[in-house]
Amino acid sequence: MDPVTFSCAEMSTRELNSALADLPDGASVRVLEPWGRHNIAVGLTNRITIEIEGNAGYFTGGLGEGPDVTVDGFVGWSTGENLMSGTIRVLGNASECTGASAHGGAIVVHGDASSRTAISLKGASVLVAGDVGHMSGFMGQAGVLLVGGNAGSGLGDSLYETVIYVAGTIASLGADARVEDLNESDVKVVQDLVDLAGFDHIDPEKVTRVASARELYNFDALTEQKY
Amino acid sequence: MCGIVGLHLKSPELHPQLGELIAPMLDCMSSRGPDSAGVALFAEAPPGRVKLSLHATDGTDWEALGRSIAQDTAAAVSVEALGDVAILAVDADTDTAVGSVRKLRSSVRLVGVGRTMEIFKDVGLPRDIITRYGIEKRQGFQAVGHTRMATESAVTTEHSHPFAPAVDIALVHNGSFSNPATVRRRLEREGIRFDTDNDSEVCARYVARQMQHGADLGEALRMVQKELDGFFTLLVATDRQFAVLRDSFACKPAVIAETDNYVAMSSEYHALAGLPGIQNARVFEPAPEEVYTWTR
Repeated sequence: MDPVTFSCAEMSTRELNSALADLPDGASVRVLEPWGRHNIAVGLTNRITIEIEGNAGYFTGGLGEGPDVTVDGFVGWSTGENLMSGTIRVLGNASECTGASAHGGAIVVHGDASSRTAISLKGASVLVAGDVGHMSGFMGQAGVLLVGGNAGSGLGDSLYETVIYVAGTIASLGADARVEDLNESDVKVVQDLVDLAGFDHIDPEKVTRVASARELYNFDALTEQKY
Repeated sequence: MCGIVGLHLKSPELHPQLGELIAPMLDCMSSRGPDSAGVALFAEAPPGRVKLSLHATDGTDWEALGRSIAQDTAAAVSVEALGDVAILAVDADTDTAVGSVRKLRSSVRLVGVGRTMEIFKDVGLPRDIITRYGIEKRQGFQAVGHTRMATESAVTTEHSHPFAPAVDIALVHNGSFSNPATVRRRLEREGIRFDTDNDSEVCARYVARQMQHGADLGEALRMVQKELDGFFTLLVATDRQFAVLRDSFACKPAVIAETDNYVAMSSEYHALAGLPGIQNARVFEPAPEEVYTWTR
């Protein structure tokens, strides 16, 4: 099936998202002239393939449950926020809060991602080829953050059960985050993620595993608290 | 929420287009600040002349004020009158020109003073303000603009940005400071006067005070990091420099695009998307706690 083409220059965001939602499963669509527009491909539940040809704005692909979105450019804040399933692939850099609260699916960033990547992650996989900014993985509850480059300060602050793998350096760990030994199942998980993302620069046996020390899980009035 | 835009033109060929480049950027940021808007424009100017950006809501006859100032200072004065706003160019030194306005018409508010700088700011939609003051036709080498969604003080022209705390310096701010009263009390003890109760004005006057003590713009902004607490993305321009700083949390957005011809800054990328050559620009997000400066 030939891809459908929509132009942001000719459609409002509401018209565009409504037209995308009306496409049948299996359709392919190209979105042209995004010019940093916010809220492209938000809230879609159909199994379609979307190519955004240029830079996109905030919340790209957010709340998605089904579509596979590729952005040939960079994206603004909160790309894939609250993603439920499907894939968002960003060929450039991503801004802050990438994958915030995402429950499922995968968000792949081929460049760098900024501050608070995978904040409050709830089950999705956030895979970044390059660096991530400060406070990444903050309060992550489930899911995985893979960083192919270096992580900024305060990585994994107040982590719950999200696991973070970092191939490069870590500027500093946040409260209650700790480095743990890498076991065989970790290596397998990272190998699968690297294969999914198509990253060839990450050696799954040479990443650092960061997870919660679980010391902040419960409030203990009888001991000194460190929050 | 507020929106910030700025343009620092490296290439003189673009100077005639400053207004037509910055106007759509400002308009685009209406979504972040529909209350008020303002822009400081910097253009080359002959020596010995100072430009006063004035605002009054009492129906001031700007031409008559211009004639009075010319008589008072024995200097040539040219007047651009635009309703409540006027730009008076006076062939005199700053103190003489400012002193004359204050003496002759105390109800007139001095929005900005500069050899190179003019400021237009007002309450209302950015689009309306752009039209009212003919921003698109204006030329120059640099501009900083702001669209305001007020969170901490009144929606008036005085409370809108840019704030111009000294000659040829303009500051725009997205965010909120949490200790402006403390810093303000200290500045007031040093004799600094304030026009409003706005937190961004405190930051602007703090920056100007550091520069008065000999700091350059970058050093003054590093002092802001030490002394002022809160959330901020700041864009500050002088006749020589263009600078950006974000606080340590960096939760107010900022994006910079740089080419051989210009440095452009905005709260959101789509305000930059129409600039010439943006496809090949180096686009990046300024890191927290890092002072970025460009000098002409």
